[in-house]
Amino acid sequence: MREVAVLGVGMNKWGELWEKSLRNIFTEAAILALDDAGIDKIDSLIVGCMSSGLFTGQEHLSSLLADYIGQVPVPAARVESACASGGLALRMGWIEVASGMSDIVLVGGVEKMTDVSGHEATFALGTAADQEYECYHGITFPGLYALMARAHMEKYGTTREQLAMVAVKNHANGSLNPLAQYPFKISVEAVLNSVMVADPLRILDCSPITDGAAALVLCPVEVAKKLKKPVVKIIASGMATDTIALSSRREITWIESTFQAAKKAYAMAGKKPEDIDVVEVHDCFTIAEICVMEALGLVEKGKGGKAVEEGLTALQGKIPINASGGLKAKGHPVGATGVAQAIEITKQLRGEAGPRQVKEARVGMTQNMGGSGGSSIVHIFERG
Amino acid sequence: MPTPSRYWREIPQRYRLEAGKCKNCSFIMFPPRLVCPRCQSRVFNTVVLADAGKIVTYTIIRVPPHPFSDQAPYAVGIVELDDGVRLTGQIVDCSFEELKIGQRVKIEFRKVSQEGDAGVIYYGYKFVPE
Repeated sequence: MREVAVLGVGMNKWGELWEKSLRNIFTEAAILALDDAGIDKIDSLIVGCMSSGLFTGQEHLSSLLADYIGQVPVPAARVESACASGGLALRMGWIEVASGMSDIVLVGGVEKMTDVSGHEATFALGTAADQEYECYHGITFPGLYALMARAHMEKYGTTREQLAMVAVKNHANGSLNPLAQYPFKISVEAVLNSVMVADPLRILDCSPITDGAAALVLCPVEVAKKLKKPVVKIIASGMATDTIALSSRREITWIESTFQAAKKAYAMAGKKPEDIDVVEVHDCFTIAEICVMEALGLVEKGKGGKAVEEGLTALQGKIPINASGGLKAKGHPVGATGVAQAIEITKQLRGEAGPRQVKEARVGMTQNMGGSGGSSIVHIFERG
Repeated sequence: MPTPSRYWREIPQRYRLEAGKCKNCSFIMFPPRLVCPRCQSRVFNTVVLADAGKIVTYTIIRVPPHPFSDQAPYAVGIVELDDGVRLTGQIVDCSFEELKIGQRVKIEFRKVSQEGDAGVIYYGYKFVPE
């Protein structure tokens, strides 16, 4: 397999983008990535999108987006793994370049979520769970993560305040990210007094509904060197699946798919958890970040809440997590999230993250997750 | 709106709790499957799930999906039945304050939701504290 580098990255401001369509949001991000890479032709396009059909009535994104970025007749694919669609797009693009099938691949992610009402968006997101045996009984995504939160609190003594501290930390980081949907700080009190969505999770434990896209250009490391670009290598890609229904898991509080994906990625990269300088994880809900830290081996099982409270995962901490603001503050346009995580790590390893730069970051990691943990994708990056 | 076939094909599970038990490793799967996820065997017996168990975890849904708008707030939990199978479902006929992990519940057949005033009425299992 060939070594793969990130040649360019592109992302615009995320939020409720009423005046922009899915195709335009995506094209803006793609143009930024192509300009950053300094190229205008690609060999292939891979797009992650969870549910353009339910959110906008539009499928067949391969054709639509290849056309609107001015690259027909390149081959294009749209991939889906619920909220991990962006991470899956990155993995597929990585495989395409590593295998020698293509040299220049544009990997993108997009979700346009505000063209439907809140009820319809909730339904669309719910399709990432088991329709017949979870959703049928009235469970929601905040509800599924609330089930995990309640069990984690009972089993490990994780506190309601510790959950809140995840959101507070991510908003503090997000306040340094001008592209974030909510670039401002919040307090523990604000989280604890916000509206209850699914006990014990409140609205400020939840990532928002967001319109947004992200794109990056992949190429062989040799090409990046030839073009005299800063080299950020993707040295590992791991993916794993688990049961779609939370109730079928052996342990409600443990995200096995993340553990398995990380295990593969660490082995492929020849790295251990303590080698990682900066991490972006899938904090769709505050409890998710805690469970994921544990599954990635960054902290001991059951100690996630305590680690957050001790500041271990803060920007200045030992293992900075979600320097970008995470899904909580940056926003969560589901299909775009996995790609945006890779953009943040690329910026961190290039030393271009501005006020939220993690000092001397050499090795970074992303973890993107579908549903309540039915799929997880982990990538490890290294400065060249 | 789904066609009725999508609903009635799940009736053996929703009304009668019919599950598949692997003839090779005895793992019980609900709903039944064509391949055992534990041993990859493809031969099963049909068994009926236990009708009681205990709460593994629970939440109270305050912001419901559309078909449940008129029911919120309501409790949903994962229950481990006495045969070891875990199900997701609503926990009813109790105050939210009474709920706790480990609490015993039994399964009852109830109305789950409906499609408006003239549409299909959906039935299934719910949990009631013993």
